Amino acid sequence: MPRAIPDNPVGAPAAASGALETRDMLLNVGPAHPAMHGIIRIVARLDGEQIVNADVEIGYLHRGFEKMSETVDYNGVIPYTDRLNYVSPLINNVGYSMAVEKLLGISVPERCHYIRVIVSEISRITDHLTCVGASAMELGAFTVFLYMIKAREYLWELVESVTGARLTVSYCRVGGVKADLPEGFANQCRQAFEETRRVLAESDALLTRNRIFVDRMSGTGKISADDAISYGITGPFLRASGVPYDVRKDCPYASYDRLEFDVPVGTRGDNFDRYLVRMEEMRQSMRIVEQALRDMPPGPFQVNPQTGCPLPASEMVDQAKVGNIPAIRDAYAVTDPTLDGSAKPLRVSIATAEKRVFLPSKEDTYGNIEGLMQHFKLVMYGHGTRPPKGEVYFAVEGANGELGFYVVSDGGNTPYRVRVRPPCFAIMSALPKLIIGDMMADLTPTFGSINMIGGELDR
Amino acid sequence: MDAAALIQALTERFADAVRGSHAYRGDATIVISRERLLDLAGTLKDDAAFQMNFLMDLTAVDFSVFGKGPSPAFFASSGVVVRPSAELPDEHPWPGPPGPARFIVVYHFFSLPLKHRLRVEVPLEEADAELDSVTSLWAGADWLEREVWDMFGIRFRGHANLKRILMYEQFVGHPLRKDYPVNKRQPLIEPDGDASSHSR
Repeated sequence: MPRAIPDNPVGAPAAASGALETRDMLLNVGPAHPAMHGIIRIVARLDGEQIVNADVEIGYLHRGFEKMSETVDYNGVIPYTDRLNYVSPLINNVGYSMAVEKLLGISVPERCHYIRVIVSEISRITDHLTCVGASAMELGAFTVFLYMIKAREYLWELVESVTGARLTVSYCRVGGVKADLPEGFANQCRQAFEETRRVLAESDALLTRNRIFVDRMSGTGKISADDAISYGITGPFLRASGVPYDVRKDCPYASYDRLEFDVPVGTRGDNFDRYLVRMEEMRQSMRIVEQALRDMPPGPFQVNPQTGCPLPASEMVDQAKVGNIPAIRDAYAVTDPTLDGSAKPLRVSIATAEKRVFLPSKEDTYGNIEGLMQHFKLVMYGHGTRPPKGEVYFAVEGANGELGFYVVSDGGNTPYRVRVRPPCFAIMSALPKLIIGDMMADLTPTFGSINMIGGELDR
Repeated sequence: MDAAALIQALTERFADAVRGSHAYRGDATIVISRERLLDLAGTLKDDAAFQMNFLMDLTAVDFSVFGKGPSPAFFASSGVVVRPSAELPDEHPWPGPPGPARFIVVYHFFSLPLKHRLRVEVPLEEADAELDSVTSLWAGADWLEREVWDMFGIRFRGHANLKRILMYEQFVGHPLRKDYPVNKRQPLIEPDGDASSHSR
């Protein structure tokens, strides 16, 4: 497919007067290229090894997220949001849920806010680990990549213990989260962070003063603060250019206003500063999680072995069918392990009290007619949550920058329009600016520091 | 500036262009006519009172089937609409879609120095879906406007390179328009394996 690239066409002599005739070369990188993670096509015009012009073509991973969102109910969008930025899916979950909650005008309990902060920050670390590890690997530092993926594995185990999945988490719900944190989570978290800190120290020792790494990263892919703002770049990429904009600080949401953390900023706006900013952000994220675990309001105990009696959910249904309510009054439902926290006492602390939004606990669904009707009113075709007519924009700090959701409701049970503002879209639109003037080899670290996530970029 | 002050300041400054405003759920929103968009955007960006240095998002909404969603096939709607909880006062009700125009183009601005956000909506008729490009003010508008053209078929005057961005060049139609069926397929290569004939 011929692309319009201005200036002199290939073959035309660039210097007419000189003794040596030179000409530019068109180099096509991608859509599937071993040096590019993600499917993207860059057509670069080269003068020797220097990039003089570039055209970026995206859209290879377009799945119609926004169109599909208009066909499912409000909670049905959440699995689709998992697949936006698939390296930190929990942040997408949180952003979308909070946007719809703003539209509904409901609030969630304090503990739920803290849980969302904790899972978001764990995701941010996994995202930065992937980004830094992958870009280090592309520059030859394969060890760092393996170390970082090892650390990411510890964190994904945490995510798995909370959500039941590693990647397609679908953890948040409109009005709450699916389940409370599992027992012993704080301990598990402490161990995982210990490992992660060790990996970060090792990687830091391997990279930060490594001559080859510094030479490749320093001074390449530069962008000034004004240019970055003009392109709408946010997140670590913008902060590396010296602009301390962080949604968590500047427009705080959930419980970020009560947590103490620093926003690292760079000065030069090059690849090396972006690396340093990401490394520091991971440490800050761990600090946030530790504070949140310390400060969060305690949830009720999952089981009180003295008073509660466990009953399989199926048995509970049978008892309820024959009207044997006394038998199940003090019982809690034993459900699938991934439904941890669907038991009644936990509900209060992780989900909104608004009955027209959040599913009732299993004890109520199986145990009384009000709970059953509430359940049916939410899940049956043609019913479901119906926010009032209106439109809202809500932004959270994604791993790559401001992740905004613009949701329009026409009063029906499906969103009228869901628009996501993907942070790496803005950064990718600045890619030609970043690479023009640099050497062809500098494309690799620059592209790595963008942390392009196809799922989010192409939606 | 808070939402009310922002709306008031802009309504005074652009009295002839502002067609409506609201602050639903605290989001300051003004609706303006497309003729004054560039003026307004320039003022927002450069005026010391606004300093909207970020164009955070640019998108569009097709209001052609707003409130006319297909009624549920088997069950009547419960008719229950979630009301806001008592903690969140709902002082500014949403006035509804701005006018009878089919499309609105939605700009989300953010001011980093002053930490305020503003949504600007520009209604557009289907027959004349065209407005001025803001690429001269924000470089990031380039791809965002291309996406709106790709998805909604809205043209931007003065955009240097207005071509599709997420869909391929041979794609017919604009997928986020409400009259584009969600399950429609447009394979690039015919199922019989005849790679030479591109489906149109």
